[in-house]
Amino acid sequence: MSTPTIAEANRLFEEGLLDPVELLSEVLHRASLTEAELHAYLTIDHEGARRRAEAAAERLARGERRGPLDGIPIALKDNLCTKGVETTCASQILAGWVPPYDATAVARLQEAGAVLVGKTNLDEFAMGSSTENSAYGPTRNPWDTERVPGGSSGGSAAAVAVGSAVAALGSDTGGSIRQPAALCGVVGFKPTYGLVSRYGLVAFASSLDQIGPITRTVADAGMLFEVIAGHDPLDATSYPGQVPRWDAELDAGVGGVRIGLVRELSGDGIDPEVAEVCRRVLDLLSDQGAQVVEVSLPTVEVALSAYYLVAPAECSANLARFDGIRYGLRVPGDTVSETMGRTRAEGFGPEVTRRILLGTYALSAGYYDAFYLQAQRVRALVVQDFAEAYQKADVLVSPTSPTTAFPLGAKVADPLAMYMSDVCTIPSNLAGHPAISLPVGLDSAGLPIGLQIMAPALGETLLFRVAAEVERVAGFDARPRLAEGMP
Amino acid sequence: MTWEPVIGIEVHVELLTSSKMFCGCRVSFGDPPNTNVCPTCLGLPGSLPVPNRRAIEWLVKIGLALNCRINEWSVFHRKNYFYADLPKNYQISQYDHPVCVDGWLDVSGPDGAFRVGIERAHMEEDTGKSIHLGEGGRIHSATQTLLDFNRAGVPLVEIVSKPDIGTPPRARAFAQELREVILTLGVSDARLEEGSMRFDANVSLRRPGGPLGTKVEVKNMNSFRSLERALGYEIDRQRKLLEAGREVVQETRHWDEEAGVTQGMRTKEVSSDYRYFPDPDLVPIVVDTAWRERIAAELPELPAQRRARYLDQGVDPQTASVLSASEPDLRNLYDQAVEAGADPRTTALWVTGEITAALRRDEQLRLPAGGELAELLTLIEQGTVSASAAKEVLAGMLAGEGGAREVAERRNLIQISDSDALSEVVDTVLAENPDAVERYRAGEGKVLGFLVGQVMRATGGRADPRLVNRLLAERLG
Amino acid sequence: MSAFMPIDIDIVHVARLARIDLHPDELESYRAQLGVILEHAAKVQAYDTSGVEPISHPLGFTNAFREDEPAPSLPRDEVLSAAPEARDGYFVAPPTMETE
Repeated sequence: MSTPTIAEANRLFEEGLLDPVELLSEVLHRASLTEAELHAYLTIDHEGARRRAEAAAERLARGERRGPLDGIPIALKDNLCTKGVETTCASQILAGWVPPYDATAVARLQEAGAVLVGKTNLDEFAMGSSTENSAYGPTRNPWDTERVPGGSSGGSAAAVAVGSAVAALGSDTGGSIRQPAALCGVVGFKPTYGLVSRYGLVAFASSLDQIGPITRTVADAGMLFEVIAGHDPLDATSYPGQVPRWDAELDAGVGGVRIGLVRELSGDGIDPEVAEVCRRVLDLLSDQGAQVVEVSLPTVEVALSAYYLVAPAECSANLARFDGIRYGLRVPGDTVSETMGRTRAEGFGPEVTRRILLGTYALSAGYYDAFYLQAQRVRALVVQDFAEAYQKADVLVSPTSPTTAFPLGAKVADPLAMYMSDVCTIPSNLAGHPAISLPVGLDSAGLPIGLQIMAPALGETLLFRVAAEVERVAGFDARPRLAEGMP
Repeated sequence: MTWEPVIGIEVHVELLTSSKMFCGCRVSFGDPPNTNVCPTCLGLPGSLPVPNRRAIEWLVKIGLALNCRINEWSVFHRKNYFYADLPKNYQISQYDHPVCVDGWLDVSGPDGAFRVGIERAHMEEDTGKSIHLGEGGRIHSATQTLLDFNRAGVPLVEIVSKPDIGTPPRARAFAQELREVILTLGVSDARLEEGSMRFDANVSLRRPGGPLGTKVEVKNMNSFRSLERALGYEIDRQRKLLEAGREVVQETRHWDEEAGVTQGMRTKEVSSDYRYFPDPDLVPIVVDTAWRERIAAELPELPAQRRARYLDQGVDPQTASVLSASEPDLRNLYDQAVEAGADPRTTALWVTGEITAALRRDEQLRLPAGGELAELLTLIEQGTVSASAAKEVLAGMLAGEGGAREVAERRNLIQISDSDALSEVVDTVLAENPDAVERYRAGEGKVLGFLVGQVMRATGGRADPRLVNRLLAERLG
Repeated sequence: MSAFMPIDIDIVHVARLARIDLHPDELESYRAQLGVILEHAAKVQAYDTSGVEPISHPLGFTNAFREDEPAPSLPRDEVLSAAPEARDGYFVAPPTMETE
């Protein structure tokens, strides 16, 4: 058998054809076959996972399942705090750190009966678009192991793509869920900012970070979202209102829905094959009664500039706490100050150092107004742009990534080229809007292409409705090389 | 030509809420180190701050008491600097949108009343505590730093005065008045020696009417007295520099209580650049009219209002100030006695005089109820006990012997105002002192005093002296 | 804001503010990289944002508070076990200098 989706596993559980212990074994077996090549995981919690799977199996036997995630093996990006399980953020500076608490999203998965398999690889502190910035070595793309899986949630996307997890959580600050999902041929969803608590997510850029699911199907993403979303008193930025129902209109189709193709994200700078596949999907939607229009987001390019000021500025403060005093790595010096300076010089990798310096500069005296404050104003313009676009369309679409998976090392020496990988995904983060990426085809090299659907804040119901139709019409059912031909 | 000092005061007040500013850890002093800590106040990765509603309300309370405008919209900022006892290496504070701005406090100082402007009052979090191990416990000779984060995250209100305080005694009076306000609001225990209320000062000198001079920040003053002394020293130091034609360097100086001097810290390598920016983990605070008015309605009577009321009630200004600065128990005693009908002026004198003195000698004493004090004052007024006997009655009351009349009777301190009873004593005294009677009649008037004294002695001091005088006059007449 | 700001980076100062002890050659390399990125980032300055309020929370809500109720703290052993050095209930760090 191949690793089932959440929906399939639920059916198999209910029909008595599978139990959570067997499912976990299957997932761990896949990990054992793929990890040497893939390196999706930093930690696999064999013991914890077995304990939870056994408990889930008992609940299943007693007919007391807690819901659709009960007994489902789920992987967690290693920037989510897990009580008693090492959490490193793929950084030397946190090597060996074992959190004394669970992230809210993690705790909610536990309560729902999920079986937490382990912690997945990422770009150090989620800063990167290729998972090459991991202090513990890169994750590879399961479709072509000479290529990157995208990032920063590359480990989570790769694990779901090969079935060494049924589903996973990632975090998305500028595209870190959607872009690796696109490059690995799976579904990645970034909810509206504030719907999923950030408590226990090691912060990169607090005003942009959002936890979300990486799954094989749209419905799986919805099921995961439903469990982890909702107000959390431990996160002051957590939305206090009602969480939109992801499945309220799931089968309504796209008849009459106005779908806006973003002009600035469909021409220059976008790989023609990628653009072509996305257009073909729009044609199929049009056939289903959708009204496809072209819309403009003029600030898309400057949004990237704003992002690369706002995110580093926030990160420069968020990462100040890693100083070798209370936890993590310490490189001793003669004074506290020297200890902090050495610890941080040795503990952070080059990309993290670069962004901390960049953000420190953007906030420093004399530059704050011209850089940070101006970037936040541009951010407000991005929101205005979206508002105007949503006058003409109900949802917006674009490729998730300008290209399919690129070779390892291709962009490591050129930070700006790497940053350009996020041009399609960043606007939703700046605006706090929900967006989902789903695989819609393969390029001529056999690499998956992701389509991004964006909706206004709290527009999850419509977003899932359109995504479900895209999934249906695209009919994407290819599996990566590493997942093929396995027992 | 003279130099005029310009002093501004910066005050930090730790709020005595049940829990910390951004997490649920207890605000509790003197606990074993690192026992009141959690992911948030330790700055563990992934933790987030959620502000304490009561702390914000108390800040608004302070702002209203200081006649501040309460900003409808205010924001938390991150103040970035690296320090071992600052867990996140930034402090959550407020910057250009504080909760309270533009207020004032009226102070009655040693040289009359004056008003001090309040620039702002804002919310922030306290840091942890460093213990510097090594020779002499001094920072620069320490070999190790021990860190306790129990205090980290305790709500801290920073109050900044305008630089319009002219003299060290006025600075002291302002600080004392501010402490009284804080205590009256009940939001902090405001103990200077324990650091729950901390004063820093900015001092500069200028020619009268001239531009402001270079200011120096003075820190580490742990009592009102050291605040006054430090400012006196610093003003003197700056004056001497300026008169010698030298310049004042902008710097931070520490007050050395033992040496009685301020000392410059070594010049900072890095000029501070705190890189303030709005904390993205927190949403804006909106204090709308309804919320503000609800808090305003809960404000207690403030020290200045209290003093004004005492004056209205007929208490003299000096006693009114002392009474206003007295412990709440004593002020309540005054209020209750006056309510029970006692004369305010006399009551205030007794409360701030005899009763305060007695309590100072023995803290265990039990304060009388307001009605009991009123009763005592009535006994004095009616001549039932003499003023001197009343002190003894009070002592008995404080020792728990009972009400005023009860004590007076038990201790046999009731004045003899019965003229029949006194007449007998007077007659006996006259009979026993024929010489004195003779001399008086011969015109030696001062002998009367001797005879009064004899009557008083014979009655154990209980005779009403006015009555004794009258009876003697009648008989010697 | 219309004129571009010249990009001059005092990288030594920035690294000191960020408390990262980098070698001179590393500093120079970061200075060059930051220059390139900032040149791109400076595009934000070309936009007319007069009258635009900088964004705060994307959903624009306010007043997220907790009530003043104590919650359990962490066990001290657990807190200190993560520390590079601890003794007698305290975190231990090298000496603090006044100049910091």
